[in-house]
Amino acid sequence: MFIVDYIKTVFGGVKSLLVGMNRTGYYFFHHKEIITQQYPDVKQVLPERFRGEVVMIHDEKNEHRCTGCTACELACPNATIKIVTKFDITPEGKKKKALDTFVYHLELCTMCNLCIEACPTGAIKMDQTFEHSVYDRSLLIKILNKPGSKLMEGVE
Amino acid sequence: MIEEVAATTEGDLVINIGPQHPSTHGVLHLFVTMNGETIKKVEPHLGYIHRSIEKMDESLSYRQFIYSTSRMDYLSSHINNHGCALCVEKGLQLEIPPRAKVIRILMDELTRIASHCLWWGALAMDVGALTPFFHAFREREMINDIMEESCGARLTMNYMVPGGVMFDIQPNFQKHVKEFVAHFKTKIGEYDEMVTNNIIFQRRMKNVGYISPEDAVSYGCTGAVLRASGVKSDIRKIAPYDGYENVKFEEPLEMAGDCFARYMVRMKEMMQSLSIVEQLIDNIPEGDFVAKTKAVLKLPKGEFYSRVETARGEFGVYIVSEGGLTPYRIKFRSPGFSNLSALDHMSRGQKIGDLVAIMGTLDLVIPDIDR
Repeated sequence: MFIVDYIKTVFGGVKSLLVGMNRTGYYFFHHKEIITQQYPDVKQVLPERFRGEVVMIHDEKNEHRCTGCTACELACPNATIKIVTKFDITPEGKKKKALDTFVYHLELCTMCNLCIEACPTGAIKMDQTFEHSVYDRSLLIKILNKPGSKLMEGVE
Repeated sequence: MIEEVAATTEGDLVINIGPQHPSTHGVLHLFVTMNGETIKKVEPHLGYIHRSIEKMDESLSYRQFIYSTSRMDYLSSHINNHGCALCVEKGLQLEIPPRAKVIRILMDELTRIASHCLWWGALAMDVGALTPFFHAFREREMINDIMEESCGARLTMNYMVPGGVMFDIQPNFQKHVKEFVAHFKTKIGEYDEMVTNNIIFQRRMKNVGYISPEDAVSYGCTGAVLRASGVKSDIRKIAPYDGYENVKFEEPLEMAGDCFARYMVRMKEMMQSLSIVEQLIDNIPEGDFVAKTKAVLKLPKGEFYSRVETARGEFGVYIVSEGGLTPYRIKFRSPGFSNLSALDHMSRGQKIGDLVAIMGTLDLVIPDIDR
């Protein structure tokens, strides 16, 4: 009986290998089911929610919605955002707190989306860019408000 | 530890596997004492990817600390976040909207399938089959695309927040999940053809790395490692959370306790997760996806513990609160650490080649072990 079992095992083994090789062979001749992408040539369209980096929304008049309330700075777990404020003088002659520079450290950011959730005015959003490699670390420190931009009217 | 190894008998060979070795799935360093090719002792040396997440979280608020748990067991980041959110909710005594609960379970189960897909491919590659890795990543890619669309990230989601989930699901989430379920059902047969029924694979797995139920319990193993020894240990069954009591699924058990049993438990778990997804995908209730919470969360003074079943086993979160803005102490019970402790017991007397197979079936994720 030992011999019979032995032969059965041998042929069973060979059969199991052939079944597996059959599957591999199927994909060898069915190129359409290959799913790899030719990345640098063909770029995938990323979904709207994809979190690549934080950007500030500016309209065509170069106005943003950031009041400099530092809610995002407090919500950030890694001290990625640093907000510098200044005092504007309103036409009535009163002092008003306003945004001076919105410093964003991309090298510290973990794309957790907590700053966007925290923002009361919807001034910042996540962008879909993902190719962030640069040759110098200092290039990753970004100022998000564009030069000459000011607060949109009606945003408190 | 070092002295013990120095006391090995003459003729023993001491080798280092890792920390830079592909089969250790990361920076695990194994100090293996061998007699010829037979393993006498395995000592895991940890600390290569220790980031002191627990200490770091003591300075973060209850909303902020959840993101760091995605970096622990990065293959089941949703489930880790879920455990933390549950613990904070327990402290706040928050009621979660039913829609958020269902979305959470759906995401958890999709993560579990994705994690097991990667484990399956990596295990096959560890024992010498290269092709299955690419087949597994094809299915995992579909789940990643679904996640990317609804959660905004592919690996470190940070989707579960105290009170629910961060975003509502995308309108075509249900369509894409249904497509995935139909696709996966046709492909799971291929997995069996290629790997499970393969004679070489079975010879590598059967009667290798045996652990008895008593030993598995005393080492603190959880998840598929414990269930492969025939002990019921699924947290989703023992202490159901967020509506797992309302879905029908089985807890796969195997009695053999060897590598093949662990393999079969995980393969069956994938099918069970798929059936949970099928049950819930058409029954997502309408309503809010997040409960209304205060802007600043403060837990009352006390101790809170919650546990969830990740793809690797039981994940526990223990928070000690002094009533402040940040936790006084946080402790994570990660499944990988306890499962790794049984590696020495499993691999004594086995051959060096089997060590890789045993490590593969333990499904180790090193950042989860070191934290």
